[in-house]
Amino acid sequence: MTSPQERKRKVTGPVIVTANRLRDGAVIYRTLTGDWSARLEHAAVVTTAAAAAELLAAAAADDIAAVGPYVAPVRISPDGRPEPGNLRESIRQAGPTIALPITSGI
Amino acid sequence: MYLYDQFDRTLISERVAEFRDQVARRLSGALTEEEFKPLRLMNGVYLQLHAYMLRIAIPYGTLSSNQLRMLAAVGRRYDRGYGHFTTRQNIQFNWIKLADLPDAMADLASAGLHGMQTSGNCVRNITTDQWAGVAPDEIEDPRIWAELIRQHTTMHPEFSFLPRKFKIAVTAAAHDRAAVKVHDLGLRLRRNGAGEVGFEVMVGGGLGRTPFIGKTVKPFLRKRDILSYVEAVLRVYNAFARRDNIYKARIKILVHELGADAFAREVEAEWRPIQDGPLALDPAVIADIAARFRYPDYARLDDEGPELASHRKADRRFDAWLGNAVANHKVPGYAIVTLSLKPEGGPPGDATSAQMDQIADLADRYSFGEIRVGHEQNLVLPHVAQRDLMALWRALDAVGVATPNVGLVSDIIACPGLDYCSLANARAIPVAQELTRRFRDLDLARDLGRLHINISGCINACGHHHVGHIGLLGVEKNGEEYYQVTLGGRADEQAELGALLGPAVPYAQVADVVEEVVAAYLELRECAGETFVDTVKRLGVEPFKERAYAPH
Repeated sequence: MTSPQERKRKVTGPVIVTANRLRDGAVIYRTLTGDWSARLEHAAVVTTAAAAAELLAAAAADDIAAVGPYVAPVRISPDGRPEPGNLRESIRQAGPTIALPITSGI
Repeated sequence: MYLYDQFDRTLISERVAEFRDQVARRLSGALTEEEFKPLRLMNGVYLQLHAYMLRIAIPYGTLSSNQLRMLAAVGRRYDRGYGHFTTRQNIQFNWIKLADLPDAMADLASAGLHGMQTSGNCVRNITTDQWAGVAPDEIEDPRIWAELIRQHTTMHPEFSFLPRKFKIAVTAAAHDRAAVKVHDLGLRLRRNGAGEVGFEVMVGGGLGRTPFIGKTVKPFLRKRDILSYVEAVLRVYNAFARRDNIYKARIKILVHELGADAFAREVEAEWRPIQDGPLALDPAVIADIAARFRYPDYARLDDEGPELASHRKADRRFDAWLGNAVANHKVPGYAIVTLSLKPEGGPPGDATSAQMDQIADLADRYSFGEIRVGHEQNLVLPHVAQRDLMALWRALDAVGVATPNVGLVSDIIACPGLDYCSLANARAIPVAQELTRRFRDLDLARDLGRLHINISGCINACGHHHVGHIGLLGVEKNGEEYYQVTLGGRADEQAELGALLGPAVPYAQVADVVEEVVAAYLELRECAGETFVDTVKRLGVEPFKERAYAPH
């Protein structure tokens, strides 16, 4: 029987590994060079469960830079760039969908 | 106001120093995230979708103007210039950096504020009636008891690692404004047949995945026994609750599975041997706590002076606000003023640092420097002289917190939802914003009367959707946001859980469905005085369902 953790890693399309940056919590993505970037287009995209597990294991080993890495789905745009694969990831990438207070002059 | 003593001030500053060291060790890699996470949670630091979130306790919802100014300053210095008041009378900052947190906490500590026990499996911030101490219908000030329990349970070693979180609320009024029946432990001050004041003890209420209304396990508990009895409840919970399953670990599940009577017998057996021990209350302890609550030096004034009546006649907007946001005070000539944090199109419960500063100034000028936070995510100025109401209203209007919608359809409770929260499945704030636009007509809102819409972005129910007159719960279906609609819930002394209206509706239709439900109410109510919840209680959800799901 597959564990819930393994089932979550079922990969049916392109995926990336994302986390939050330790020092400020900002959203970051695991890159091909084994680093982290705040830009999704820099993310390493993989398409198999084995590759995703490998990417995640390497990300999890970097406990100082990133917190809570996990595998997230992406869509590939016509020009080949990864885009968020669901609403949660869209909001993580672009920020809240609501207007935030104007904070200049506060 | 309650004045912290040296013990509390030392406790808070020592905690800041401890946390500063923990953050430094985490940033250096000396602590792993697994080691650090429980430490940060003990200080109210969560990691949300975009950033760390700091939750700051506001014990029994009472703030001084200096504390509110400090919250404004922390929002400005370390966050993005705004904060979010929550349904448990706390405030959250959404964008704080881990590296800045020790400095932010040191600033907060200088004003007697902290995030201790706002997260984790411990006794959380103890909440109460935001009108405590000034409500005409209360027996006595419930905050004295909330403070007593706060002192006893803060860093209590036996109750720092409970099976799950534990929320306590206290009320002393006939009308429950503190939602005590949907708390793990609800306390209601009441008089017995002999005229003595004691507590009705309710246990096992709660919302979340498995909602329950609390059961009365002790109809009357003497005041002297409150700490020993609370201790006994927590001990039974600690001993019996399901630590093996996070979804079944709250006390409500234990009370439900054991039965309220059996649970009460277990508590009784635990309590009897300790009842007359060191926890039996010495009246001097209560007198000491009561003495540290400072009440204003009220002037001798009369109610409803002729000037106020002429202002009401002269200005329709002022009259509407006064009829909605101003409540009777127990002292003649004074009033309780609610500040709506629910402007049209605004995120419920949010206030900017600039607004907080301005409200603090107005509290100094008109409310003896005191502010309250209500669980409905509004603020309160609790001690306003009626002769000052016109001037205060003009000032509040300029600050943007005088929308006369308190308790009405656009006074929506909403959690942060998927715009901020890592647990959420769906957004709550944009739904609330859209509904405030749909119901911008305040004449209609007044005609609708008391109508509470509560929205949660996930099953954890921070938006109290189960007890909304109209409750909306965001769920995710095949990658899309849907909302379950419940009707007839209420959080007051007649607390009830809402009944499901029908199939969940997609994001794009949820405001339409709510409008249909409200339109149905206008047609179905027997008279203008029959409130929405009373109509639902009389008719059930079926007539609303027919209307809401009819093809258009």
